[in-house]
Amino acid sequence: MSYFRAENLSLHFGGLKAVDAVSFAVERGEILSIIGPNGAGKSSIFNLISRIYRPTSGRIFFEDQDITEQPPYDIARLGIARTFQNIELFENASVLSNLLVGRHRHSTTQLWQELLFLPSVRASEKVHRRRVEQVIEFLDLEPYRDKLISGLPYGVRKVIELARALCSEPKLILLDEPSSGLNVEETDDMSFWIRDLKNELGVTVLMVEHDMSLVNRVSDRVIALNYGRVLAMGSPAEVQQHPDVVAAYLGA
Amino acid sequence: MRFLFKIDYEDDIKLFPHSGYIVSYGILLALLLIAPHLLSSYLMSQLVFVCIYAIVGVALLILTGFTGQASLGHAAFLAIGAYTAAYLQTYNVPFPIYFLVAGALTGLIGAMVGFPALRLTGIYLVIATISFALIVEEILARWESVTHGNEGMRVKTLSLLGVAVPRDSPTFYYLCLAVLVLTIVGTLNLLRSPTGRAFVAIRDSETAARSMGVNVALYKVKSFAISAAITGFAGVLFAHKLSFISPEMFTLQLSIEFIIVILIGGTFSLHGAVLGAIFIVMIDPFLTYLKDDLPGIIAGIAATFGAGPHIAANIQSKVAAFASLNGLKGAIYGIIIVLFVLFEPLGLYGRWLKIKLFFQLFPLYKRATFKRQKIYVKSERNR
Repeated sequence: MSYFRAENLSLHFGGLKAVDAVSFAVERGEILSIIGPNGAGKSSIFNLISRIYRPTSGRIFFEDQDITEQPPYDIARLGIARTFQNIELFENASVLSNLLVGRHRHSTTQLWQELLFLPSVRASEKVHRRRVEQVIEFLDLEPYRDKLISGLPYGVRKVIELARALCSEPKLILLDEPSSGLNVEETDDMSFWIRDLKNELGVTVLMVEHDMSLVNRVSDRVIALNYGRVLAMGSPAEVQQHPDVVAAYLGA
Repeated sequence: MRFLFKIDYEDDIKLFPHSGYIVSYGILLALLLIAPHLLSSYLMSQLVFVCIYAIVGVALLILTGFTGQASLGHAAFLAIGAYTAAYLQTYNVPFPIYFLVAGALTGLIGAMVGFPALRLTGIYLVIATISFALIVEEILARWESVTHGNEGMRVKTLSLLGVAVPRDSPTFYYLCLAVLVLTIVGTLNLLRSPTGRAFVAIRDSETAARSMGVNVALYKVKSFAISAAITGFAGVLFAHKLSFISPEMFTLQLSIEFIIVILIGGTFSLHGAVLGAIFIVMIDPFLTYLKDDLPGIIAGIAATFGAGPHIAANIQSKVAAFASLNGLKGAIYGIIIVLFVLFEPLGLYGRWLKIKLFFQLFPLYKRATFKRQKIYVKSERNR
């Protein structure tokens, strides 16, 4: 049985089939990219997995557990973290508190303990802080710890989103266009980090991406979508040469 | 300028980042403790109101400032706290018990208000909380067996461990101050823990909060409950301070005053609640002073510019008539809010930070330092 699996996943908005009976599986420890033209339903699949949308039909399995009916906040607790295409950071908070929110699924302290800030809370805060520091070091975010998000440039925000997802120590991470809006060097950094995610941290990556050079560099497998349907699946080279994919992109 | 070198994770957690804070807050606390010996009884009474308003301000900051849920219903929470105290007093319940019961009951009702509020945002939530406040006001006026309706209720002198604490005694002031300090410390503790961070996360992006594992509904209800409970505690003190409570004291006007407290003080820091409370409590005597003395002053100026005694008297009575118009106070409040929102959205505390930075950086301060960049406009946001 595969690690993560979507079966006949559909999302219809009235007559529009944003996602139409899509099935795919992600193996543990691989990097799977979803590509496709605009409006192909790539981000919708992510929003279905993180339960922002409710699927019209189909099921989602993670570690052989059916997560289709789980409430959205439970998805993160199961170990699935995500980033957003249009950055969704906590604008008026510092980088550090953004990253600490990523630790939320590991917090065990009770409200009354927090009101008194008992030693147990202090101890667990320090643990969280140490984990966050490891992520900061991993992604070279040291200069920004105490900065407010609202004052940071786009490229840094993009990295912070990744950092926040990593702080939750996910087993599976969903990256929604990690390189959009980044310049060439930042995209290079991003590709190294995504590789490191897999090789050093052992995180499974499911990624939506437009930048084909990034896709080619990091992906183990690629899925091509159009009009909510799977066109092709396989290695990056195979998928790019698939006649349906070429047709979808070039409009032939 | 001071540079902080952090060498321990503790440095990011502790309440006072460096010794300067301990010194300045220590001096402030010492001044507040000896205040009864320095200030007139009128100012002491105003200081008690500052404490009570600041407690409500902190409560409202938790809900509005940090969780991003606007409320115009906090006068109702205050009323519930006050009436619970007054009602339990009639059964000779001792102060510590009815103080806690009032807070717990108000917190419970706050949580109940929080549930329907889960699906509402922005202006709709404001309308829902206003309706809640109107319902409570109506219940207070009609449920005569408990609240004595519009006749109001008399609140007996507070008795703490068998000792009477009159409402204008220094002990009562110390009690209010202690509740305020405990509220602030508790809130600061909350804000540096997972719960406080979850509140801020909900304020800035519910979608992201959810995908990080925050149970948004649960934390919104928690925020409502905590905010209401704190307001309930303030209500007990409020009732004792006034010694008489009736439904018309807890109107929409009071809720608006609480919003003004945090808007003017600054919604991003607890300092804002205290500064805003000082402002709102002190503006009242100031306006009264203007109302009483301004007509005479203007007439005097007119006289020095050659107006005859008859005309001067005429001017004085016209200005006095204008100054005692109904609703003038509300209009002045409104103008103040508009001016603050337009020119100082960060409130008095934001202004204070700017002044502080000006002296720290002198002579390198640039006007653009606090200008927010607005380049990164969000397009389609998930709600």
